[in-house]
Amino acid sequence: MSAFVWLTIMTALRILGRNRMRAGLTMLGIVIGVAAVIAMVSIGEGAKRAVQAQIATMGTNVIIIFPGVTSASGVRGSQGSAVTLTVSDALELKKRIPLLADTGWTRRDVMQIVYGNKNWNGPINGISPSYLTIRDWSFTSGGPFTQTDLDSAARVALIGQTIVENLFESGEEPVGAVIRIKNVPFRVIGVLAPKGQSAQGSDQDDVIFIPFSTAERKVFGTSFIGSVGAMFGSTEQVEDLPMAVEQIREVLRGRHRLQTEQNDDFTIRTQVDIGKVQEGTSETLTMMLFAIASVSLLVGGIGIMNILLVSVTERTREIGVRMAVGAKRRHIMMQFLIEAMTLSLVGGALGIVLGVAGAKLTTVIAGWPTIISGDVIVIAFFFSLVVGLFFGLYPANKAARLNPIEALRYE
Amino acid sequence: MSPLIECEDVWKIYQVGDVEVQALRGLSLTIEQGEFVAIMGSSGSGKSTLMNILGCLDQPTKGHYRLNGVEVGGLRPDDLAGIRNQQIGFVFQSFNLIPRTSALENAQLPLFYRGLSIKEQRTQAAAALGRVGLHGREDHYPTQLSGGQQQRVAIARALVTSPSLLLADEPTGNLDTQSSREIMAILEALNRDEGITIILVTHEVDVAAYAAREIVIKDGQILSDRRTKARPPSSPVEG
Ligand SMILES: Nc1ncnc2c1ncn2[C@@H]1O[C@H](COP(=O)(O)OP(=O)(O)OP(=O)(O)O)[C@@H](O)[C@H]1O
Ligand SMILES: [Mg+2]
Repeated sequence: MSAFVWLTIMTALRILGRNRMRAGLTMLGIVIGVAAVIAMVSIGEGAKRAVQAQIATMGTNVIIIFPGVTSASGVRGSQGSAVTLTVSDALELKKRIPLLADTGWTRRDVMQIVYGNKNWNGPINGISPSYLTIRDWSFTSGGPFTQTDLDSAARVALIGQTIVENLFESGEEPVGAVIRIKNVPFRVIGVLAPKGQSAQGSDQDDVIFIPFSTAERKVFGTSFIGSVGAMFGSTEQVEDLPMAVEQIREVLRGRHRLQTEQNDDFTIRTQVDIGKVQEGTSETLTMMLFAIASVSLLVGGIGIMNILLVSVTERTREIGVRMAVGAKRRHIMMQFLIEAMTLSLVGGALGIVLGVAGAKLTTVIAGWPTIISGDVIVIAFFFSLVVGLFFGLYPANKAARLNPIEALRYE
Repeated sequence: MSPLIECEDVWKIYQVGDVEVQALRGLSLTIEQGEFVAIMGSSGSGKSTLMNILGCLDQPTKGHYRLNGVEVGGLRPDDLAGIRNQQIGFVFQSFNLIPRTSALENAQLPLFYRGLSIKEQRTQAAAALGRVGLHGREDHYPTQLSGGQQQRVAIARALVTSPSLLLADEPTGNLDTQSSREIMAILEALNRDEGITIILVTHEVDVAAYAAREIVIKDGQILSDRRTKARPPSSPVEG
């Protein structure tokens, strides 16, 4: 760095140090703006990461097919009385679409579960064995169904953590116990590892799995034999998802004999779609942050401009002297720009410290996860620099255009 | 070799509202390298106006001003700044030191715009302060110095670049007799020992007496121009 720039920075810092109160008040806008942005981005990032983790609990590259029409927001529309998805649909998909690594299906109903003197109303899911792999369920004890269980419609159940908590005493081993679902005795053969909340906010651990065949024949009643509540598929690669969706649509429309003008009588969602809904939410948040950041940086910038104009007036004579001893316009420009940038950078740095502290405090006090990214700190720093430069330009230019004689004579 | 200063029919006209003020009216003047000139004249006669033009802070409305053979009229502000930095030193009546800035840094100021290393700037500024008898006062702030000492810092600032021309507009105007004598002794020595051309404006006859040539200005024109001492040796003694 040239001696000139270096000495000018030192001078700027000394002037700031001399007018600490004034400098502090001037920087306040930038400090608050940068701090707010850092804190909020950190909280937003933390929330986003948490949602991503939830979406990941769905499984890997999962495709979900519901009967009926579902609006984009995930709210079910009128489903009609027709049963639109069946086990044979699922088997056909598996046969016709090589892109699908696996397909599975479920049908669910909320029913009373009794164990000893305790009871609980929980969702009973009749599932195909492949469902467990597609949705990445693992076990804390026991294990999954076997094909024999499915073939023989065995009365065996897998239960989630919420069920365990509500039916069993702590420390009691659920595996091997016999629970009654709609008065039918079932032996617990596995306890599912917890997944926590789903992206939509429901408790994924409040769940009981039984073989699909058992559910059909012994629990749900015989109406709609072969119909399923939802089908699942998965692909090896994320990139294959859109293609697989198109192929599924084609196969199902063919099987359901839908004419070209007729709408689908089913809805296909992928894990990526669900992620996108969440991303939309965080985009709104980002826009809001951007608005806050712009306003506070603008206010901060105007504060800097104001104080520099005062400074130029106060130091008119000094500017005259500098010009008399040979300062060129760019030297005077640089001096005031460097002062402006020093102000905004010190403000930005204070803002970063305050913002990081604020984010950490939020985690400690409110328990929200926060993620402080290096990017946002770099961007905040860069923006404070730009603000200093931009709002310093006018005062700096004003100083540089002073007439040396008039400046020297200024009282 | 061309003379250091050549003014040829120089006019300076200020337009104040509808009124035209003719501060300089066709003034012609030649000053050789190494001269010590005092400019006198009543208030408002145009002395400061002339000094500003000679110091390249201002430009004539009409006429020619050549410094070291170079026509100054028509140069851009940054070119003028370059000339001031390289060739001219100023001493003002009101010292014009930068407040809350040490004597050393004040003396350093012209070098600041020369791209020298910080170390070199400091060394040269300290040497300049030494030449005006302020050794050991480098870290003093203007408020910690007497008027005479402040003016000496200003002289150090003017000569730190080894200028060929030193312009002093009423340098003793704000000083008592004793300090005035000290300042004049320094200027005289600079002229005698280092051959720096000095032009000084003063209202005081005993201050003007230090110079070898006395020019009186009236209404923007030269009223009289006379040599009061024999010319100093033309080859300066190297310090
Ligand atoms: N910027 C200006 N605008 C208008 N008129 C000016 C300006 N500067 C100087 N003048 C006029 O020019 C004339 C000469 O002024 P100048 O300052 O050169 O006088 P001076 O000889 O230095 O006087 P003093 O001894 O009081 O310092 C005066 O009439 C003054 O009013
Ligand atoms: Mg004057």
